[in-house]
Amino acid sequence: MKKNSKFANFYMGLIFFLMYLPIGVVIVFSFNESKLPVKFSGFSLKWYDQLFHNGAMMEALGNSLILAVLSCLVSAIIGTLGAVGLSRIHWKTKGAMEYISILPLMIPEIILGMVLMAFFYMLNLPFGMLTLLIGHTVFCVPYILMEVKARLVGMDPALEEAARDLGATSFRAFWDITLPLIMPAVLSGSLLAFAMSMDDVVISIFINGPRLSTLPIKVYTQIKTGVTPEINALCTIMLAVTILVLLVYFLMGKKRKTARRNQTGKIS
Amino acid sequence: MSRLTRAGKPRRRKSHSIWMIVPLYLFTLIFVACPLIYMVALSFATPGEVHGVEWIFTLDNYEKILEPVYFNTFVQSFKLALTSTLLIGFIGYPFGYFMAKMQEGGRKKAMLLLMLPFWVNSLIRLYGWIIILQKKGILNFVLEKLGIIDKPLKLLYSYPAIVVGMVYVLLPFMVLSVYSSAEKLDWSLVEAARDLGATKAQAFWSVSFKLTLPGLLSGVILTFIPSMGLFFIADILGGNKIVLVGSLIQEQMTRGNNWPFAAALAVVLMVLTTIMIAFYRKVTNARELEGIG
Repeated sequence: MKKNSKFANFYMGLIFFLMYLPIGVVIVFSFNESKLPVKFSGFSLKWYDQLFHNGAMMEALGNSLILAVLSCLVSAIIGTLGAVGLSRIHWKTKGAMEYISILPLMIPEIILGMVLMAFFYMLNLPFGMLTLLIGHTVFCVPYILMEVKARLVGMDPALEEAARDLGATSFRAFWDITLPLIMPAVLSGSLLAFAMSMDDVVISIFINGPRLSTLPIKVYTQIKTGVTPEINALCTIMLAVTILVLLVYFLMGKKRKTARRNQTGKIS
Repeated sequence: MSRLTRAGKPRRRKSHSIWMIVPLYLFTLIFVACPLIYMVALSFATPGEVHGVEWIFTLDNYEKILEPVYFNTFVQSFKLALTSTLLIGFIGYPFGYFMAKMQEGGRKKAMLLLMLPFWVNSLIRLYGWIIILQKKGILNFVLEKLGIIDKPLKLLYSYPAIVVGMVYVLLPFMVLSVYSSAEKLDWSLVEAARDLGATKAQAFWSVSFKLTLPGLLSGVILTFIPSMGLFFIADILGGNKIVLVGSLIQEQMTRGNNWPFAAALAVVLMVLTTIMIAFYRKVTNARELEGIG
């Protein structure tokens, strides 16, 4: 029963084809000699060359990377501590707090963007890296919070209690016992948050400064005003980097799994 | 003294964990709760003559939404979100379902293939569609060569193009949520139905579909809500022809400079999505209760 028919395989193949078609097209035309993405007129690497010499584009890429790393880091700290802390307290506000903290994922991005813009304006914060960092952290925290929370459900609280009984401080017990155990969740949550931060246009467009541009914003304005194949080159590079990162991540995951298996083997 | 008793022990633990939630509490209250409250307050304020906001209570901003021009954008956004969500459901449900039926190894590969485009900037992926759909683009070229059309069709900057973009960007959310509920499905139930004489279609309809319905519904929520706000897709592929609530809010915040009106639009949009989430929760809870009883 649990087997796919020929139709199912064909269907999945078709959807995958459509999913990759636009990406494939972008990659192919990144090597195109001609400026217009109409006909493939010959192989060329000139758009890559131009991309690397496009100062504004490189700056936007740099901004995006800095922003993604920083917001990932900050939200990993807030989200991880928060998830662990929430699992331990029994306050009345706990439920409401959890709801509000994942709210940024449940409201349309556009609302989050405009709300933050109005709010930062009221606070007189200068629009720029700081506002972008806060904004991205707002929507990155929930990803990490939810991943870590799901991981904590399967964890034995006795482990940390044992450490506490043996005299470890709350911080020590967290650092030495809980954190290593929830690390995979922290990492996968951060990875997701990183991708979301690198991809965000809607929120960033409201809270970036007049002089600061992230990569998605740059791409957005280019697509609206007229594209050069540099964008295609950029996409190809990003795709290559993504595949590389995912590969490393999966290999790391495999290693971790075998390591864990060995460890549990030893304990039992 | 009572602190040393057994009852005192857990309390001591609790108070030691407070430092962990302080950052989350502070951050969430200041940068999520406060801005949202500020937005609600703003929606009742009066827009300044030229610029800024005057804090005089008014309901005008909400009344303004009912004006046909603005009300239509709501209707249009809703229609587009509904069309996209329906299509995504029709395309994504079988995909997620078939994926769950795959063998372990194939499933992992399919998951990887599904997630990979997700990591490429969605704007760049949409740009790929522009190349395909434009007048001298690939699709027109292929159709012409096949002799299906004589003249290139105007595909880009149209309503269908927007729908294609929406479906394309949001499909993975639907697939993943259907997949996660179909994966937990107990296939022996389907077999049992077949053994008892149900046809394939009957078995699917009365067992598999019912049990994966929560996944489908959560997929609907996950695609419907963003599709109300993804103004840039309509902007890029629709060429400014169709004004959605998202574009309207953005315009009012920037060029229009009418923040209270933008806030009122946002409040209405948020109330609509909250109602949808609440409705979804009620429906799925009811389903679960039915399953137990």
